[in-house]
Amino acid sequence: MGAIAQFFQAIPLDLIIIQTVNGIVTGMILALIASGLTLIFGIMDVVNFAHGELFMFGAYIGVLVIAATGSFWLALVGAALIVAILGAALQIVTLRPLIGRDPLNTILVTFGISLVLQNYALWQFGPVARKIPEPIESHFTLFYLQYPWYRILIAALSAAIIGGFWLFLKYGKFGVWIRATTQDRVMAQAMGIPVPLVYTGVFAIGAAMAAASGVLFAPLVGVNHTMGLDWVLKAFIVVVVGGMGNLGGSIAAAIFISLLESYATIWVDPSQAVIVSFVVLILTLLFRPTGLFVSTPR
Amino acid sequence: MTTAPLDKAVPLDKPKLSHTVVFWIGFCAVMALLIVAPLVLTEYWRRFLTEILIWGLLAMSSDLLIGFTGMVSFGHSAFFGLGMYGAAGALLTVHSPNLWLAILSGLAGAAGAALFVAYFSTRLRDIYFAITTLIFSQIFYVIIFTWTPVTGGENGLIFTRPHLWIPFIYDARFTTTTMHWFVLAVVTASYLILRRVTQSPFGMVLQSIRENEPRTRAIGYPVERYKMVSVMLSGLFAGLAGVLYAVQNEFAAPDFVYFLTSGDTVIFNVMGGIGTLVGPIVGAGFFQLMRELLARLFGDQFPYLIPLGIIFIAIIIFLPQGLLGFARRWLNR
Repeated sequence: MGAIAQFFQAIPLDLIIIQTVNGIVTGMILALIASGLTLIFGIMDVVNFAHGELFMFGAYIGVLVIAATGSFWLALVGAALIVAILGAALQIVTLRPLIGRDPLNTILVTFGISLVLQNYALWQFGPVARKIPEPIESHFTLFYLQYPWYRILIAALSAAIIGGFWLFLKYGKFGVWIRATTQDRVMAQAMGIPVPLVYTGVFAIGAAMAAASGVLFAPLVGVNHTMGLDWVLKAFIVVVVGGMGNLGGSIAAAIFISLLESYATIWVDPSQAVIVSFVVLILTLLFRPTGLFVSTPR
Repeated sequence: MTTAPLDKAVPLDKPKLSHTVVFWIGFCAVMALLIVAPLVLTEYWRRFLTEILIWGLLAMSSDLLIGFTGMVSFGHSAFFGLGMYGAAGALLTVHSPNLWLAILSGLAGAAGAALFVAYFSTRLRDIYFAITTLIFSQIFYVIIFTWTPVTGGENGLIFTRPHLWIPFIYDARFTTTTMHWFVLAVVTASYLILRRVTQSPFGMVLQSIRENEPRTRAIGYPVERYKMVSVMLSGLFAGLAGVLYAVQNEFAAPDFVYFLTSGDTVIFNVMGGIGTLVGPIVGAGFFQLMRELLARLFGDQFPYLIPLGIIFIAIIIFLPQGLLGFARRWLNR
């Protein structure tokens, strides 16, 4: 018992609080990416491998718009719109012909898309990371750190986007269509809902959310062509842990996993902290294969 | 009504070449070409062909899962990489490097990884299986990438190639020609074993899982156990490919444990034709040749994955059976 007590006393409280804030910030970004991914899966049965590349493309378009106009907010909106159009086009060209085929084909096709997009970005923008300046440069004091307000703003904005999206799903006409299609595709079609349009729309919305999170996150790390894969992997873990196609579960799992990872960085190297999320995934698969935050395993 | 006796043999009675004979004649012809190839080709193309065979073996191992069990693995880089590092470990730690020891150790490494992956990921189906295999391969990547004292971290491990040693018969340094023949022998043996496995009762159960899993379970087959064995078998052959690649190139690098290797494996499969076993080798050859052609035409910096990615997408949409798909039934008979 003495050893355990000592261990807990050795945890610096200030570090814990700092890492909690960090964890929530990355968790909100991750939730924004994962909710797009889980939405696309829940409705179309499509595992969008290219989601990370849409995130990356959003960040690059953000870089270009900022270079042209100098406005971060314009970049955020512009990137979301352009990537939404790109997403819709991709869905129409590559995923629509696959409707009715084995869902595994969609993971292969979106994997192909991610290869093309990633290599296009490498070819067009080169391997050097681009930087987006933080739109708000003020800081506040958190213990011994000057903590940037921008990070708090990211979390708030992500929460606002997810919240807005939830309201849209709940009350918007198109949102009702989306929910109807999730529940029963055939019935929805029979009631006159244009299901192919819903598919395209959902893909566009998911792409826009990925792009928005790309722009929001870019000032923290810099933009390069490989950033997509890291995030899509994390998002996959979140989506599996949260329960595939379950929006609330994904958001909870995103924050949960990010918090665990940022606590882990107190003791280990950040590159090894990823292992914590892998462990969570394995434990989830072992004990709750349908997802941690699903109320009753089906 | 009388019938006149037939004065010549009915054409139908003419002995038709049986499927088996045609298959083995074709097999021998391709083998003869591949055996003679290194004697004709230049050094560069000799190595090129050997690498196609190795990638083909990797893709063929994954075909057992994709084409026969109906599970798409995005984690074959883990088995391939563990095979590489296993071989490297045996070659670096043992005083007198031995080829067969390297193979054994590489297979042991791959088997360990495969057991781990098989145990957890076969609980899941379809897309979930694909994602979890991908994530598991990233676990191995992170471990290998960060555990620098043992794995050499980012730089990987460099070693010298062991002798080609066949007890009591042959003992000499590898040349690119003998290397090619050795790889060819291993790949051919693997092909014959995998062909036999897929035609065995075990392989039939795997195919029935692919076609209808609940029904297979209802008939009374322990589906999970079959899937685990299938993943492990596939992992073993992927590890063998890793050993060959390590011996051929005299290094083990974390890049090959990275997800992109798994992605390539899936691409080779889809391009060549899943469920044919030889298709993946054809796919690997097609991919590498296109890549070489594009590099020759447009320079080394050309992003060859853009056109190849588009071809890949087009193949899935318009030619889901792959390049060799038309011969699938015939090849598997």
